[in-house]
Amino acid sequence: MKKANKRVIPGFGLSMGVTLSILSVIVLIPLASLVVFTANMDFSEIISTITRKRVLASFEVSFITALAASLINAVMGVILAWVLVRYDFPLKRLLDGMIELPFALPTAVAGIALTSLTADTGLIGGFFAEFGIKIAYTRIGIIIALVFIGIPFVVRAVQPVLEKLDPSYEEAAGVLGASRIKIFWKVIFPEIRPAVFTGFGLAFGRCLGEYGSVVFIAGNQPFETEITPLIIMSELQEYDYASATAIALVMLLVSFLILFLVNLIQIRNTKILKGGN
Amino acid sequence: MHEETKGSKAVKWILIGISFVFIFLMLILPLITVITEALKQGWEVYSQAVADEYTIKAILLTIEATVCAVAVNTVFGLFAAWVLTKFHFKGKKLLSTLIDLPVTVSPIIAGLIFVLTFGRQSPLYPVLQDLDIQIVFAVPGIILATIFVTFPFISRELIPVLEAQGTDEEEAAALMGAKGFTIFRKITFPHIKWAFLYGIVLCAARAMGEFGAVSVLSGHLRGKTNTLPLHVEILFNEFKYVPAFAVSSILVMMAVLILIIRSVVEYIGKRESDDVR
Repeated sequence: MKKANKRVIPGFGLSMGVTLSILSVIVLIPLASLVVFTANMDFSEIISTITRKRVLASFEVSFITALAASLINAVMGVILAWVLVRYDFPLKRLLDGMIELPFALPTAVAGIALTSLTADTGLIGGFFAEFGIKIAYTRIGIIIALVFIGIPFVVRAVQPVLEKLDPSYEEAAGVLGASRIKIFWKVIFPEIRPAVFTGFGLAFGRCLGEYGSVVFIAGNQPFETEITPLIIMSELQEYDYASATAIALVMLLVSFLILFLVNLIQIRNTKILKGGN
Repeated sequence: MHEETKGSKAVKWILIGISFVFIFLMLILPLITVITEALKQGWEVYSQAVADEYTIKAILLTIEATVCAVAVNTVFGLFAAWVLTKFHFKGKKLLSTLIDLPVTVSPIIAGLIFVLTFGRQSPLYPVLQDLDIQIVFAVPGIILATIFVTFPFISRELIPVLEAQGTDEEEAAALMGAKGFTIFRKITFPHIKWAFLYGIVLCAARAMGEFGAVSVLSGHLRGKTNTLPLHVEILFNEFKYVPAFAVSSILVMMAVLILIIRSVVEYIGKRESDDVR
């Protein structure tokens, strides 16, 4: 009886067919070719490729810059979400709309604009150059490009949660004499924490793989400012597909791990929201 | 609402101030830079750069790839969202993970897997050669990469809306004898039209700005396989800064247009759902 109930709505076969066909051509077959290519590679060859000094250095650069940028975005994302949800002020709609700009603006354009701003001759770069701080062509430059890319993630993850949060709990805490800082950490933050982690994780994953905006501002010095996607790119340009694939596998592994953790947090979060343990 | 103390008012304006400074420095200033750099040597140089033969060709190729990506992902998004929200079946979770996969992969790796699938070392290569089809370093490769990186954009907008709506209305219609397409057109589509439109806008935005994946597959043949973002890169690396920013300004205008459309769509969508209530 129950089984018959499931398929009352027509179109299952057709929809499933179309979905799977397009999915196969665009995602599954290309992924399968990656698996096949990897299977034909020597394991020791993969290890020796990914433990090359230059490659290891690029892992470090990518990891540190992505982490720094995502942390900045986590803090700024919470502030922005809070301001947009709780306060009324002039130009609020503009501010809200601008958050989405990094999704709409091509990364290459962001890259050259940020490079020319932060180079020694640029508006911001010139200011800091007087204090002897270089931004473009250093790791700071990479972090700035990644902050740009990651802005929307935390804001858009936290915003809906804050909107649903009932301010009466904060008022109760306030009436009972809690300080504002205490209210934030004890009442508000526990509620938005899963959303912050989700946004942070998504931004971090995106930053690790980012290429377009970073190549211009990084200067791409081996061991200093060379990110992992750039190494893959240069291996590809030398038609060294085996090395490119080996390094890509490490990146894929890390991004799947991040995705897994984010999903875990989300599953726990929906359980809490639905009232379970 | 609880009364605002002097302290909380100060906090409010400090947080709003921080938000505006951050958004101005990170998002608005780069936009202004693109425009001022593009117009640095006056209108004549600007219009020359924009009307350049290779720029026009790059615009046409970008439009071609964007239209293809939106078309394929629209068909896919509608069918996939229908399957995932209206039916129960085994492997649902896996299917939705696979659909989201392309956005979690670095664009460079997206390019790499298409090179491995269709490039010279692939088992498919001789077959393609016989059929005289070139994919890597040609337009089909660019289109495939663009579809890949924007793959879940439309389905991801539709799924939450359809999930919230449930299946009762469709089941009722089906039991009363309505055909699949009629149910979709009369019952489902009115619920999702704004999310659908928003998904198309997001998809188009990302498609026209894609850089990394397209860069791997393009081969950078000017006038043949050069999209707008790649054209920006070539000009910038040749130290032709004014033309690079002039071409970028086209993309900036498109990005701003997309943000405006997004806001309007969101506004109308919200007002309509409020009206229903």
